[in-house]
Amino acid sequence: MRVKYFLSLLFSLLFYFLPNQFLAQSGVENDIPPLKIEADGLPAKPSLSVQKTHSVYDYAQLLSPQQRRMLEQKLSKYYDSTSTQIVIATVHKVNDDIALYGTEWAHKWGIGQQGQDNGLLILISKDDHKITIRTGYGLEDRLTDALSKRIITRDIIPYFKKEQYFEGLNKAVDDIIKVLDGAYQNNLKPEKEGIPIWIIIIFIIIFFILVSRGAGDQNSGGWRSGGGPIIFSSGGRSSWSGGGSSWGGGGFSGGFGGGGFGGGGASGSW
Amino acid sequence: MKKSLAVLGGILLLAFILYRFFVGFYNTGVEYQENAKTAWSKVESAYQRRADLIPNLVNTVKGYAAHEKGTLEAVVNARAAATQTKIDPTNITPEQLAKFQQAQQGLSGALSRLLVTVEKYPELKADQHFSELQSQLEGTENRIKVERDRYNDAVNKYNIYIRKFPGNLLAGMFGFKPMARFQSDKGAEKAPKVEF
Repeated sequence: MRVKYFLSLLFSLLFYFLPNQFLAQSGVENDIPPLKIEADGLPAKPSLSVQKTHSVYDYAQLLSPQQRRMLEQKLSKYYDSTSTQIVIATVHKVNDDIALYGTEWAHKWGIGQQGQDNGLLILISKDDHKITIRTGYGLEDRLTDALSKRIITRDIIPYFKKEQYFEGLNKAVDDIIKVLDGAYQNNLKPEKEGIPIWIIIIFIIIFFILVSRGAGDQNSGGWRSGGGPIIFSSGGRSSWSGGGSSWGGGGFSGGFGGGGFGGGGASGSW
Repeated sequence: MKKSLAVLGGILLLAFILYRFFVGFYNTGVEYQENAKTAWSKVESAYQRRADLIPNLVNTVKGYAAHEKGTLEAVVNARAAATQTKIDPTNITPEQLAKFQQAQQGLSGALSRLLVTVEKYPELKADQHFSELQSQLEGTENRIKVERDRYNDAVNKYNIYIRKFPGNLLAGMFGFKPMARFQSDKGAEKAPKVEF
């Protein structure tokens, strides 16, 4: 009897931990977390404990979920090899100088790594048709303001005029990556992805206990047959079926690194 | 005997607490002051960056619009005046800062007049080199605004620290003087800055 209570306690603990883990992961797939505007007029920095740090914040919904995922994957792959963080954000309107606003936003979030300042923010304001590229201090010498301007006028604006937002952004990202080629390497320690090992171990132990007990006692099994599969189906399905792509593929593991921005970059309108 | 020992201990303890308090106040004050000075050096380098772009800009414009001599000379002179106006970062007074700001504004004015003149020369506007210089100039103006704002914030923090009680009593003792801020440009609106 006591063992049973202990087990149910363990199970409820697992319930408590597992879905949170999985929900946080599958959130990448479905929607971006809403951001609170703070007293300084800037969006609150996404907290690492609650959400994974994204690379695409498409609030104006210019991209389809699939397009967003493709960009996210490209950007997080680039981050994994270079530690350079490129963030794309779309909003409905910026009631301010978009260049200055974008600079303060990127600076507040600390996009890029501290000390290297290798962050970049592409901010798009949909209703007033404005776009800006904000470069961190550490990117300014390679991606000069003139080059940023060129990327905006040549890569982005022609597509944006045709409302092909993904194509424009994709091309811009490709060119930015080309310009920054080899400037930074990722020296950060790779972060462990997926489920912590201790959860798996507990899982296995409980599984074996259940199996062995279940074999001995057929009648008292009501809660077990119900309990076990639910864990798999509630948490498991959405994330495992997503495959390797959604597993840590969307954002920046380790969050924003604390890079600084000083107003470099260029802006344009379409 | 015992009593005087206790009194002595109390005095020592009190002296120690006071000492820690003064040290704490002084160190924080120094930290804020140094932050403000660092912010100032960034302001200066942003302005310097602009000054560095100007010879190139003037030469490019000359190539297309040589007879806009007056406008070009005004820019060159304003640049000279602006680069000559230096500030002692250990003692940024309102008068000094006003002078500095005035000299830089003179340059901003001359530059914008030049850029208006340029509108008359479509060939110059189409020039690749010129348009890149123009975007560098734009970026630099943004850097100036950003660094000015951050300088003002850093100075604010420092000034509040030394003016608030007990800072107002101690600042004079340690030689902390309030630093001057940039006068903000007009038209800072209260509207929400972003709509998601």
